[in-house]
Amino acid sequence: PGDTSVLAGIYGPAEAKVSKELPDRAALEVLLRPKVGLPGVLERSREQLLRQTCEAVVLGALHPRTAVSLVLQVLSDAGSLLSCCLNAACMALLDAGLPLAALFCGVTCALQPDGAILLDPTARQEQEARAVLTFAIASSDRKVLMANTKGSCSVEEMQQCLAAAQRAADTVFQFYRDSVCRRYSK
Amino acid sequence: RTVEPLEYYRRFLKENCRPDGRELGEFRTTTVNIGKCLCSITTADGSALVKLGNTTVICGVKAELAAPAADSANKGYIVPNVELPSLCAERFRSGPPGEEAQAASQFIADVIENSQMIVKEDLCIASGKLAWVLYCDIICLDYDGNLLDASVFALLAALKNVQLPSVMINEETGLSEVNLKQKNPLVLRKHPVATSFAIFDDTLLIVDPTAEEEDLATGTVTIVTDGEGRLCSVHKPGGSPLTGAKLQDCITRAITRHKEVKKLIDKVIKSITPK
Repeated sequence: PGDTSVLAGIYGPAEAKVSKELPDRAALEVLLRPKVGLPGVLERSREQLLRQTCEAVVLGALHPRTAVSLVLQVLSDAGSLLSCCLNAACMALLDAGLPLAALFCGVTCALQPDGAILLDPTARQEQEARAVLTFAIASSDRKVLMANTKGSCSVEEMQQCLAAAQRAADTVFQFYRDSVCRRYSK
Repeated sequence: RTVEPLEYYRRFLKENCRPDGRELGEFRTTTVNIGKCLCSITTADGSALVKLGNTTVICGVKAELAAPAADSANKGYIVPNVELPSLCAERFRSGPPGEEAQAASQFIADVIENSQMIVKEDLCIASGKLAWVLYCDIICLDYDGNLLDASVFALLAALKNVQLPSVMINEETGLSEVNLKQKNPLVLRKHPVATSFAIFDDTLLIVDPTAEEEDLATGTVTIVTDGEGRLCSVHKPGGSPLTGAKLQDCITRAITRHKEVKKLIDKVIKSITPK
């Protein structure tokens, strides 16, 4: 959303290397490439977040002993990068036709110093904020699939951000529906 | 237990307890050793050894001098590094750090940053010229689940133990003089404590998972609280979805745990301070 853009590509289900294959489900692998520089520790931890989020929704049991590779390339970063990656990943999973238990969307909330909640912050707003929280919300029941916070906040503030994120998730899911309609109605 | 681990576990969870006899909300015995006498690392400026049941994590903090970065002239650095050597569990191979070690390192760096445990300005000696760099090496010696909790705890204990020698800059020569005789303890503003939960089958939450439980779990949540009931970090890397209410339960339990851990650390520190 905005100026942040991430390109996602999915390859799979393809044959997995013997060392990586799991006997009962598909092995998911996520690679995140930053815009400049080599992937570092920050990318690794984001990859782990994305991988476990995707593993929770992808019905891997239908494709045992295969590998699904998700490659994300950051094209530009103007804030809310993690939720942009989440959204890109979900749409790529949809487009690839992989069996999913639910859709998910990423929403970022920034807590400003005066207590106001700002959804989908720009890079500048993120820096000024007291705390930045990113949630991945599932489409089926609006439950929290993934949560990541930066900066400290009180418990009530976190709950408020969570509620706001759940409401915002509806807008994102509507966008998913529109994009898919446009793609397949030609 | 080997053939059908999940079924074995489910039978215990139905009775609201776990194979090692604990309740769902009970932590394993926590022991901590701080300092040069009790702990192994004599060359480090601060060290701590934490055992959470079988999970053993040792943290060594070394302080070195360096010039601060150009854009933040009055800030020092803290560099955490988590290592999972192959001796701690058979699934970790030797070689470059795996994903889990890197993700853990990033998590610890985030916790230090988010909780403002050490304000970087405190580490500065002379603005623009000299600042302290704290290298925190966290090494897991025995992995039996719940790495993040043990690492945060070890880091906290080791940092409380760090004594920084006072440094003066000689005006004439421009060189620094380190006075090893006069040491000041490091100032810790906040005391973050991590609490990890494992999620089973979308419903049950158990606290302080062992390695076996972690493998069988469908998801994990780690919550870091600091002393004043504020959340430093909510880390939930994927896994089964949770409702807001369940998350709230976790937070409440994390706050209770924080108080227990704080008492433990204070007790241990008091026992090693020279009288």
